[in-house]
Amino acid sequence: MGFQIDGMQAGENISPAILVSEAAGAGDSPLYAARRQIYPQKVSGTFRRIKWTLLVLTLGIYYALPFLRWDRGPGEPSQAVLVDIEHSRFYFFFIEIWPQEVYYLTGLMILAALGLFLMNALAGRVWCGYLCPQTVWTDLYLMIERLAEGDRRERMRKDAGPWTAQRIAEKTIKHSLWLALAWWTGGAWVLYFNDAPTLVRQLATFQAPAIAYIWIGILTFTTYTLAGFMREQVCLYMCPWPRIQAALTDENALNVTYRYDRGEPRMSAKKSRALRARRETAGDCVDCNQCVSVCPTGVDIREGANMGCIQCGLCIDACDNVMRKIGRPERLIAYDTDVNIKRRLEGKANIFQPVRTRTVLYMVLIVAIGGLMAVKFATRADASLAVIHDRNPLFVTLSNGGIRNAYTVRFANMAARTRHFTLAVQGLPGSKIELVGETTGEQASESLVMGADQTREARLLVFSGEARLDSNSTPLVFVVTDEAGKIIASTKDFFRSP
Amino acid sequence: MATASEPKVDARTGTPTTGHEWDGIAELNTPLPRWWLWTFYACIIWSIGYWVVYPTWPGITGFTEGLFNWNSRSAVVEDLNELQTIRAPGAAKLAAANIGDIEKNPELLTIATATGKAAFANNCAPCHGSGAQGAKGYPNLNDDDWLWGGTLADIQQTLTHGIRWDADKDTRAGDMPAFGATGMLKADEIANVAQYVRSLSGLPNETGADLAKGKDVFAANCAACHGDAGKGNAELGAPNLTDKIWLYGSDTASIVNRINVGGGGKMPAWGGRLDPTTIKALTVFVHSLGGGK
Repeated sequence: MGFQIDGMQAGENISPAILVSEAAGAGDSPLYAARRQIYPQKVSGTFRRIKWTLLVLTLGIYYALPFLRWDRGPGEPSQAVLVDIEHSRFYFFFIEIWPQEVYYLTGLMILAALGLFLMNALAGRVWCGYLCPQTVWTDLYLMIERLAEGDRRERMRKDAGPWTAQRIAEKTIKHSLWLALAWWTGGAWVLYFNDAPTLVRQLATFQAPAIAYIWIGILTFTTYTLAGFMREQVCLYMCPWPRIQAALTDENALNVTYRYDRGEPRMSAKKSRALRARRETAGDCVDCNQCVSVCPTGVDIREGANMGCIQCGLCIDACDNVMRKIGRPERLIAYDTDVNIKRRLEGKANIFQPVRTRTVLYMVLIVAIGGLMAVKFATRADASLAVIHDRNPLFVTLSNGGIRNAYTVRFANMAARTRHFTLAVQGLPGSKIELVGETTGEQASESLVMGADQTREARLLVFSGEARLDSNSTPLVFVVTDEAGKIIASTKDFFRSP
Repeated sequence: MATASEPKVDARTGTPTTGHEWDGIAELNTPLPRWWLWTFYACIIWSIGYWVVYPTWPGITGFTEGLFNWNSRSAVVEDLNELQTIRAPGAAKLAAANIGDIEKNPELLTIATATGKAAFANNCAPCHGSGAQGAKGYPNLNDDDWLWGGTLADIQQTLTHGIRWDADKDTRAGDMPAFGATGMLKADEIANVAQYVRSLSGLPNETGADLAKGKDVFAANCAACHGDAGKGNAELGAPNLTDKIWLYGSDTASIVNRINVGGGGKMPAWGGRLDPTTIKALTVFVHSLGGGK
């Protein structure tokens, strides 16, 4: 079925369908393409086992993680992973992130992107083939489909045939299971945003907040639609990642590859045996089409690197099974590179270069950003102070001729215990401060009690007192110390005067 | 430039072209999936729903109002009502609290200053300024100088009944006579007393006037309200003349003008316009600006 035409490089094929369309006149090509239903066939082998393992692992984490408990002491949530929108906190085991620390999330996103780049540079679309939620849920949905309606040939026959009571029953079972799974997917999602056991109880007794049901509904709909019906269309038309990966990859990245140096020319096993007996060239590909049958996106890997190929490796399993049957070596389709195919055609040995400029660069960036985040996290303060100078008026002249500046200050005690904060202002010797509402009168420093995990905003007055004001703007440092006199937060601002 | 020709198949990729060419670059025809087209149609049909439920079509005298009976005005009213509901518990706490205790309770103080700040911006800022910084003739509420007293009770009284506000019988009253305009004082007497007044707060004698004569004029005419030492009297709204704060300016011309025309600024009584809780919040807000006694 593969053709070589002049001017094309080895391994590039034109599929017969296109040749037919050329013959029929390209002007007939439609503006909109009808969907070609794909019936992926069941397959077993190494990569299928890897995929099942990863499916159990990833879905297990997704569904079970909200129920994992983590003791943070009284009054704090005991869920290991929790996005607490109401109180603006994100909990991840021993980590508690405040809204102003959202840059940790940015750092994680950058690490995730670099991780994807690295995976792509080493072994192609590992993400697409094994880890992407679209792949994982579609895999699960396909398994349910096979259980209810049978394997590829059976499904094709049934879909072509008339509606029977049995077929209706099978479809009902399939869609019910799909919907139940989709509902569960949405159900697990909302558990990340509220105490899981409480919410499960509320959901079961229909007392959960409306927003929970709305989100379950949305995720039920998307899961059911995307995994049940859209499937490969998501990868081909909706997802930007395949296009980005195409731009990121290079000729040294391992990809699921049809080794045409070994496979071509295609012929029957009997014929190739005969040719080999006469020491003539013979290809290993018997054109059984098993690689296409098992493909979840319906591509023919023998046409070369392909946008539609998510590189899940199921065609490797299918081909290996056939090769074993006809007594030829496995891995006619394998993780390989075009570089190696060309080298083998020239009689050279395979090379594999995982250490390349780009992989080193990605690793360096991952280590640098990960390290920076770790250092930043390990040394992060558990208290903060923010100061905003009054805009209007900038300063106030008092009846005794003194100058007063006012500031809005916000203290945050990010520790899980009550602490005593002491605020002092440096840079204006002789000046006094007053924290409105906390104490009355001017003093050298102000003390206040901060509850665990609490922020407080207050109005701070700074009086020039006996201080000499040499310019109309004097730099100040606001310092917060704890009970032990250790500086736990500080910030800078100015004292304005006429 | 673009040319259109018969579609053909691109030899390199095997994909049919649309027949459109730009400077020799042919456009490949990669058809969109049909479900995409159906999604597009579905969106159009969905949009028709908006015509039905929301106001859409203009008529001669009105417009189609839609099934939801939605309009932007009622939406605002709804939002405001919702806001009132959200604020109700805080307002109730504020209403129940003793005004003297609010500043000692961080939660109440937060509610009071938030409410007071908004009420200040809506009602007081036109005269006193957005930061309560005041202007010539309009007192700065941040400082520690109070014409009518700076305690919570004084501020609440002033807010409720206003200043020289004739419509309120409990209003703050106390007028400075127009000494110059009515001929009660002669020009040289005014010149002398103006420099004497400046000297009370340590300002220099700018005109070489006779301060001793000025002191006599002060004792005879001004001390009744401003006090023998010029310390002022909050009962009458008579300013303290010995401090560094000058509502109408400390230059000679401004002081002479004040003695000539007399009178004083007016402030409306807010008692009838704002509810007692808002006035309470405003009182605490103004008090907390830094000058409260």
